[in-house]
Amino acid sequence: MSGTIDLWIIILGLGIGSFGLRFMFTGLVGTRPMPDWVLRHLRYTAVAILPALVAPQVIWPAATDGQTDPARLAAAAVTITVGLITKNVLAAIFAGASTLYGLLYLL
Amino acid sequence: MAITTPKSAFFKGALDGAPFILVIVPFATLFGLLATEAGLSVFETLTFSVVVIAGAAQFTALQLMQENAPTVIVLASALAVNLRMAMYSASLTPWIGGAPLWQRALAAYLTVDQSYVVSVSQFERAPEMTVPQRMGYFFGAVFSVAPLWYLFTFLGALLGTSVPDSWALDFAIPITFLAMIAPMFRTFAHVVAAFVAIIVSIACVTVPYSLGLIIAGICGMMAGARTEVWLNTRKVQP
Repeated sequence: MSGTIDLWIIILGLGIGSFGLRFMFTGLVGTRPMPDWVLRHLRYTAVAILPALVAPQVIWPAATDGQTDPARLAAAAVTITVGLITKNVLAAIFAGASTLYGLLYLL
Repeated sequence: MAITTPKSAFFKGALDGAPFILVIVPFATLFGLLATEAGLSVFETLTFSVVVIAGAAQFTALQLMQENAPTVIVLASALAVNLRMAMYSASLTPWIGGAPLWQRALAAYLTVDQSYVVSVSQFERAPEMTVPQRMGYFFGAVFSVAPLWYLFTFLGALLGTSVPDSWALDFAIPITFLAMIAPMFRTFAHVVAAFVAIIVSIACVTVPYSLGLIIAGICGMMAGARTEVWLNTRKVQP
């Protein structure tokens, strides 16, 4: 955990930056059209950034000091599988959490 | 319910946005819990949620702060996660671009996954809606989500310090993210984008300052965009 000043820089910077991103088009572009290639890349931000963020945590969890953990691997696999099949965020979370707790208890 | 005025649009939006309460309540509580676990005070945690109002970006920042990443990297990574908000903003512009500036500014602050998804699908279903009706609907859709996001962050933060390690909350963020992205895989290009991003992020795990995440994200976005172009040209050819 970094110092308090750093924390406030992060909170305020993230607040201003997030507002900027949200206001960028509705506020500033108005009715002008945007290049197709920009929109095409923006469409894949969420599905690229979030898995990239999670993947190292799944394979080398901080809680086990980077040792690959079968319970966490299985929980991740179950979460994504249930999410893909049901398209239901809550169902996927519950399935993943049950797998994690079940295996942590058994192993 | 027929939409005849901005007011009836607001109520229809509030109704259509209501199911997201089930997602927001546990998600906000979790943020409150994990933020206080990470050493933030209750006040800092609540301010975080009010100022930023973006779950995924807040979790990303929290994760990287716990890994002692430099402030610049925390900001860049969390904003990269929030880049999709620019996409939402772009996609809302043709529908609400004609509204007064103060309404567009307020709508920008309240642009979250839930308000965006609910509103755009309604706007596409009912293109005859006027701009004031669309704004009414949008604010209705986010009417329950935003206050509950603040309230349950606060309650989670109050609970936070009493949660033991054996609850394995370290893995709550990965599970929540995986659950959130699973319904987003609508096309083959989405799958390619995620797959490339995962491979690159694992390959780049030793890159300093968590820059591997940005590199992996950009590679994934390029892969998704290229795949989309490739699929479209294949469709055009006989």
